[in-house]
Amino acid sequence: MEQTEERYPFHNTFRIEGGNFTHAGSVSSQVKRILKEERFPNSVIRRVSIATFEAEMNVICYAHWGILTLLVFSDFIKVAIDDEGPGIHDVDQAMTEGFSTASDKIRELGFGAGMGLSNIKKVTDEMVLTSVVNQGTHLEFMVKVFS
Amino acid sequence: MKVEDLVKFFGLEVKAGDGQLHQEVTGGYVGDLLSDVIAHSLRGNVWVTIQTHPNIVAVASMKELAAIILAGGREPDPETLKKAEEEGIPVLISLLPAFELVGRLYQAGVAGIVSC
Repeated sequence: MEQTEERYPFHNTFRIEGGNFTHAGSVSSQVKRILKEERFPNSVIRRVSIATFEAEMNVICYAHWGILTLLVFSDFIKVAIDDEGPGIHDVDQAMTEGFSTASDKIRELGFGAGMGLSNIKKVTDEMVLTSVVNQGTHLEFMVKVFS
Repeated sequence: MKVEDLVKFFGLEVKAGDGQLHQEVTGGYVGDLLSDVIAHSLRGNVWVTIQTHPNIVAVASMKELAAIILAGGREPDPETLKKAEEEGIPVLISLLPAFELVGRLYQAGVAGIVSC
């Protein structure tokens, strides 16, 4: 137990460029790799990876840029994403499955289904979304290691 | 049924992940909207899609899918294949359009996510 206490918490930060579809998914891949190396249970890794992927894609699809912070504790994983961008006019509406403001280009790539935020909510234990129009959006979520 | 059985039955072209064809297939899902596939596909499913960019591998890897089948003879991006090899995800091509392919997979015993 002593070793565990020394090991955690730790954090990593990643920059996400808006509009850069070439490297889309690379941050969530890195997050997944880190959690695998830490030998968290597969179900935890899968849930954090899904939520992180959706959050990363949201920054790429809609924001100018963003910073994703991964916080790893022994009993929970927390991820926070802050972006600079147009923000969200109506957070409740954005949370509604199927609602999307995606462009045709985004939809052609298979994104913009209006399911990203509800997917994040489904796979995480807690999720908070706040936004200021024409400034940016803050999203954070948490997955418990033992639930 | 294993991925390699589907490759044989349907004459699928193996573009990546040929070391992972022994995986058991638990069923199938079809879709081109990534978030929909993330929400509804199940572990061990084969995923039929016409999307060819590298993110399909990320989705398949996250959901632990058995294979991606590109319908309509779609060729994957080179980056997709590179990522698929890294992640050990088979990428297969069928010349059949998605509707015909899914129909035949279903007939061959690959069930959907709703058991009936």
